[in-house]
Amino acid sequence: METAFRLNGAEVTAEADDDTPLLYILRNDMGLNSPKYGCGLAQCGSCRVIVDGDVAPSCSITLASVAGKTIETLEGIGTPGRLHPLQEAFLAEQAAQCGYCTAGMIMAAKALLDRNRDPSDNEIREALERNLCRCGTYHRIIRAVRRAAREMAR
Amino acid sequence: MSENPTNATYVGRPLDRVDGRLKVTGGATYAHEHVEIPNTVHGYILGAAIAKGRIARIDTAEAENAPGVLHVMTHRNAPAQPDFGPPVTPTVPEVFTRARPMLSDDRVRFYDEPVALIVAETFEAARAAASLIQIRYETEPGRYDMEAHLAEAYAPPRTNAGFETDSAIGDFEGAFAAAEVKLDVSYTTPYQHHNPMEPHATTAVWSGDNLTIYTGAQTIANFRAGIANTLQLPLERVRIVSPFIGGGFGAKLIVHADTVLAALAARVVGRPVKIALTRQQMFANAGHRAKMKHDVRLGADRSGRLVATSHDVFSATSGFEEFCEQTAVFVRALYASETRRTRHRLIGLDTNRGEWMRSPGEAPGMLAFECAIDEMAEQLGLDPIEFRIRNEPTRDPERDVPFSTRNLVACMQEGAMRFGWEKRSSQPRAMRDGRFLVGYGMAAAMRPNYIGTTRARVRLSGNGQLTVQADMTDIGTGTYTILTQIAADATGLPPSAITVELGDSNFPRTAGSGGSWGAASSGSAVHNACLVLRDRIVAEARRADPSLKAEDAIFANGEIRWAGRGEPLGQLVGRLAPSGIEAEGQVERGDDYRNFSQHSYGAHFVEAGVDMDTGEIRIRRMLSTIGAGRILNQKTARSQVIGGMVWGIGAALMEESVLDPRYGHFVNHDLAEYHVPVNADVPSLDVVFLEEHDDKANVLGSKGIGELGVCGTGAAVANAIYNATGVRVREFPITLDKLLAGLA
Ligand code: FES
Ligand code: FES
Repeated sequence: METAFRLNGAEVTAEADDDTPLLYILRNDMGLNSPKYGCGLAQCGSCRVIVDGDVAPSCSITLASVAGKTIETLEGIGTPGRLHPLQEAFLAEQAAQCGYCTAGMIMAAKALLDRNRDPSDNEIREALERNLCRCGTYHRIIRAVRRAAREMAR
Repeated sequence: MSENPTNATYVGRPLDRVDGRLKVTGGATYAHEHVEIPNTVHGYILGAAIAKGRIARIDTAEAENAPGVLHVMTHRNAPAQPDFGPPVTPTVPEVFTRARPMLSDDRVRFYDEPVALIVAETFEAARAAASLIQIRYETEPGRYDMEAHLAEAYAPPRTNAGFETDSAIGDFEGAFAAAEVKLDVSYTTPYQHHNPMEPHATTAVWSGDNLTIYTGAQTIANFRAGIANTLQLPLERVRIVSPFIGGGFGAKLIVHADTVLAALAARVVGRPVKIALTRQQMFANAGHRAKMKHDVRLGADRSGRLVATSHDVFSATSGFEEFCEQTAVFVRALYASETRRTRHRLIGLDTNRGEWMRSPGEAPGMLAFECAIDEMAEQLGLDPIEFRIRNEPTRDPERDVPFSTRNLVACMQEGAMRFGWEKRSSQPRAMRDGRFLVGYGMAAAMRPNYIGTTRARVRLSGNGQLTVQADMTDIGTGTYTILTQIAADATGLPPSAITVELGDSNFPRTAGSGGSWGAASSGSAVHNACLVLRDRIVAEARRADPSLKAEDAIFANGEIRWAGRGEPLGQLVGRLAPSGIEAEGQVERGDDYRNFSQHSYGAHFVEAGVDMDTGEIRIRRMLSTIGAGRILNQKTARSQVIGGMVWGIGAALMEESVLDPRYGHFVNHDLAEYHVPVNADVPSLDVVFLEEHDDKANVLGSKGIGELGVCGTGAAVANAIYNATGVRVREFPITLDKLLAGLA
């Protein structure tokens, strides 16, 4: 089956079974690296992307379910030369250790900041509740989101 | 080698991670992400549905004919590999490099052991075909319950890392029997899994007789040798590439099923093969920490002086490959005691082998022992810090050698002051905040400092760029950054002129990342390589101008300077050696390693709250004071310690893998059921580093830091919970059901 959706600003189509997890489409067919497999069961957050403005675990939503929708991944929000404020903030706060959870963290944070420009610490923690970081860099991540919110408010 | 001093401009500073930009943009290539390789096909591993027995029949016909399937590998058609060999390797290092054959016979040794590999055009096709394979097993009764087999515990020939299985100083039994104050307690620590966020994955690519492996490896040389031995290839035909690793924690020190099977299958199908373990598969196939029972006995006189100390460890292990964590070894050096005994015993079960998990030995050992010390202090009516100070040794008690640097007492005192320890009530259940009972707890931390034989290469080109190469890895620890800083100080070049290249077996061999030896070993080798490079540069300059004196040369600010006259390094190299100048450096264990007892130390402080009705546990704050030699980078070191403290919270409160005693599988084999600390579990954490420089440890004066944060932390949490509630839980993790009974 062919499914069309919008990915990081471009119209794309994917040719695969309807129930293929979006994560595999993004990684294997679209050649994107940032959404990561961590559990495949919506338990860890490393695959989180933004679908029509809401953060979603791409491992656990199907290709068919995103037909016609708009998907954002880390690759779409900034480039090494032109970073998104969240990427700047994660860099400034050294919020990536091994870096494997980083994309999911940033996308969850972006979905939050897109609808709430001035979140409290608790709102940040809640938004990132489903994102695991085994390197234990949670503090720096919270600080980074706070910093990005400040920067974006300017 | 160069006598002139190096700079101290960048080492010690909180330089930002040089690889940060790649990581925040999705540009870092982890094991699964070398997408540039064309024609890659995917493998899916089918695991055994029993834990012990044999495969009586396996029917793969339907799977072979499924759409997209290229090959189905089972024990009937897998390429020949050497036998697995004995449970204990003849020498200690061979455990890292031994052949690890897969699909080599009809035996099933543990639950979810690979029994077939399906290779297909897509991952989905391979996985779908796996469900079409029919297997009939002949199941045999297995041993899965450690407690039920305690009586059959045996003494292994040695522990992990080659320590003596047992140690004894004086007559422990006699001294214990006669001691004025005694403690005799048993603790248990559960099975645990590393669960790095990045599961194991490998892409194997053959080109003629040469094999390239893209994977996540903490130690490139182990992977290279492991694959060469399993596939019976000469070492030089195997290349391992692992530039970025999504966490390792000890789970990526040796080859696992993904790497071996990808290498075998890629040769059979003649195309690159990519295999990733699922999170569930990692529980049986990527190592674990074994379950243990700890019997701790302490005897002291009334003044609080230890006269008898013993720690006996009973640990589960695999029947086919022994792994004896060095759990009680730290007890041999932590406190003074007139008599002492430590023993390690194993109970062989039908599971996969245990593996090195962040702070092997100290992590489970200090969890139990440092709680017992807290119990003993209470019996003696002594503050836990005071009790430890009264038993502070002046020399390594069992090895009878001096300590290199040991600032345990300073760590405890400084930490106590900053934490506000004096506000602690020695009476449990005396502090309260609303519904929460509040308690303070502390524990000591200690972790041996290792150094491993390591080489590194540096190359200065005519444009002034320095390239550093080593087969070292960065598992999130900050190695790229630290080596940049070290090279910058040793050459006087700015970090922007330095590129560090790691994670490739084409580069000089190192000890890799593990055991907290990475930064010290590779850092020292890079430092030494830079000194050799400086000598070569000086020699080149003096060839052109013999009037220059070697001892006058100063390397700073990107220049080489002689008596006030400076020249940019790049310009000099471009002028005198346009093809560049190269040098190698190395480091190995020296006499100081044998003649001194080298450890990093720390003290952890925890404030915990326990809801008096529900038993809910909240960590309110934590502080660790660390004495670990010179700190190479404040930011990465801090992150390492804090990451370890988070692991300590996990070990104390939630992490536990449950092995089904009937069927031998880990029941809670995913991240919803195996709980690791999340954002909400982590309170305000702080780390303080003491000023220290350990000149016995290495040329940098640094000591290992990556694992120290875990050592003892869980015990500090447990001691705080006890202080809050008066309930001592001796079975980790401390979950609220275990507290509730005592709270009522
Ligand atoms: S991989 Fe999707 S949430 Fe873990
Ligand atoms: S930085 Fe390694 S998992 Fe978060």
